[in-house]
Amino acid sequence: MDDLTQLTVTEMRRRLDSGETTAQDLARAHLDRIRSLDEQVNAFVTVCEEEALHRADEAQERIKKGEGGALTGIPIALKDNIITRGIRTTCASRILETYVPPYSATVAQRLDDAGAVLVGKTNLDEFAMGTSTEFSAFFPTKNPWDLERVPGGSSGGSAAAVAARMAPVALGSDTGGSIRQPAALCGVVGFKPTYGRVSRFGLVAFSSSLDQIGPFARSVEDATLLFEAIYGPDPKDATTVDAQYDPSLARGGELKGVRIGCPKEMFSEAVDSDVRAIVLEARERLAAAGAKIEEFSAPIIEHGVSTYYIIAPAEASSNLARYDGVRYGLRVSADSPNEMMKATRAQGFGKEVIERILIGTYVLSSGYYDAFYATAHRARTLMRDEMRRAFQEYDLVLTPTSPTVAFRIGEKAGDPLALKLADFCTIPANMGNFPAINLNCGFSGGLPVGLQLVADSYRDDYLLGMARAVEALLSVEPKAAPLKADG
Amino acid sequence: MAISREELRKLAELARLNLSDEEISAIESDLNRVLQHFEQLQQLQLHDVPLTPHSVDSTNVFRNDERDAAPEGLSREEALDQAPEVRSGLFLVPSIME
Repeated sequence: MDDLTQLTVTEMRRRLDSGETTAQDLARAHLDRIRSLDEQVNAFVTVCEEEALHRADEAQERIKKGEGGALTGIPIALKDNIITRGIRTTCASRILETYVPPYSATVAQRLDDAGAVLVGKTNLDEFAMGTSTEFSAFFPTKNPWDLERVPGGSSGGSAAAVAARMAPVALGSDTGGSIRQPAALCGVVGFKPTYGRVSRFGLVAFSSSLDQIGPFARSVEDATLLFEAIYGPDPKDATTVDAQYDPSLARGGELKGVRIGCPKEMFSEAVDSDVRAIVLEARERLAAAGAKIEEFSAPIIEHGVSTYYIIAPAEASSNLARYDGVRYGLRVSADSPNEMMKATRAQGFGKEVIERILIGTYVLSSGYYDAFYATAHRARTLMRDEMRRAFQEYDLVLTPTSPTVAFRIGEKAGDPLALKLADFCTIPANMGNFPAINLNCGFSGGLPVGLQLVADSYRDDYLLGMARAVEALLSVEPKAAPLKADG
Repeated sequence: MAISREELRKLAELARLNLSDEEISAIESDLNRVLQHFEQLQQLQLHDVPLTPHSVDSTNVFRNDERDAAPEGLSREEALDQAPEVRSGLFLVPSIME
């Protein structure tokens, strides 16, 4: 009998609708796999076994009545910074370790309404601050391709869960690369939509002008199905937009004649030579298929990391002021409210979060505001303008997603800057508000190498369609990590 | 530009973080390494460039100011459910005066 966890969402849908399999079978297959493998991978903070089986029963009823939609009965995982009513949501932080939200994020609610079956909440760097998932307050997640290596981050749990077939699809959040970089390191598809496409209501706020929710999957088609279930305006998030999206464009594209620009700065020494070689090889294959590939120079993007590490901590220092030990979360007792808050926050936040709060407080404080915060926003304007100019010349921009393959756990833990440089290629899409997607384009020493495609703002449909064409052309195998436990 | 230990203590106070001397000195070197990286930015000629504090051009979204038009909120019970300490249907904090 074949393994249900190997199927694509489309194939699951076909079998559910034809009665060959049931929502309960799918839920059990994935829960069994989590039970047998997650001790090694540590992708999940919370597994929702009971709720999942209950939801699967409901989904099966809907399917039987012919009332199912694209995701009814499909197992999913959510990054644990997306709040879920009645299900613990921790942000991988001690300060929210026992927090059970009284309402759900819009995306969680939309998936619930669609009949998707939540199997669990996935691990992350605390408050999504990191690029390796080593900064989770609970445990590091392992890369399913090599358990001694990191899965990337901050959405490392979602990426690892999909790569290890513990869920066919999952949601993550991307502030500077937190979907695309772990997708690259785990060899799966990771899509960051244009800012405003997906509601952030109920996503625990990190950097509000950059955060965006998006899907992980083992194919562009599956990522598209999940995206189409969550996107669209939301009265609860005033930054959502009602921009046009044409599902038929997202179903495929023609590579012949497509103009693709490659920024020289991201094919430089800043990217490891083995990663560069494999991305260049993929680029050659696109050229052979008729794409017109050109290099261009955009020097400002070299300042992306510096710009990001001013803006994101500034916004975070403000957003994280809400953890005061009064309304929810951890409280450490003390004699006055001020002392109580100081003790609670110092004990509840990990070192990386504390450092970012301090950086954010520093760059926003009087005397330094112009030197840092205003400068960063000016650089952000230039970055956006330079990328927009590129999109007048090119239909797509192609880059490596991560400058390295997955590194060893602990290898960069003592070097705050090295970890931050992992987002070098992904940050500009957040800064300029462009949709971007990671595709696996090959392997180096058995570890996945990711290629990033970026399109102009709101061309999410076009980007998904072209990504599907590129995926078909490259046809990289395998699509999931061959874990030793599989035999 | 480097952050001194004194400055760090003041920042920690502003951010309501109770940090020990050991924690402060561990953070000091990390922060200064990251700040050094920022200095590259200050070499750019940016004075004439406008700021982009947000990525979408947002406009105000209005609704009628009517009770029924407001989205449903949490009940008092739900809102207090996760609070560390509650008394008489209110959040309880340590006393603020003698």
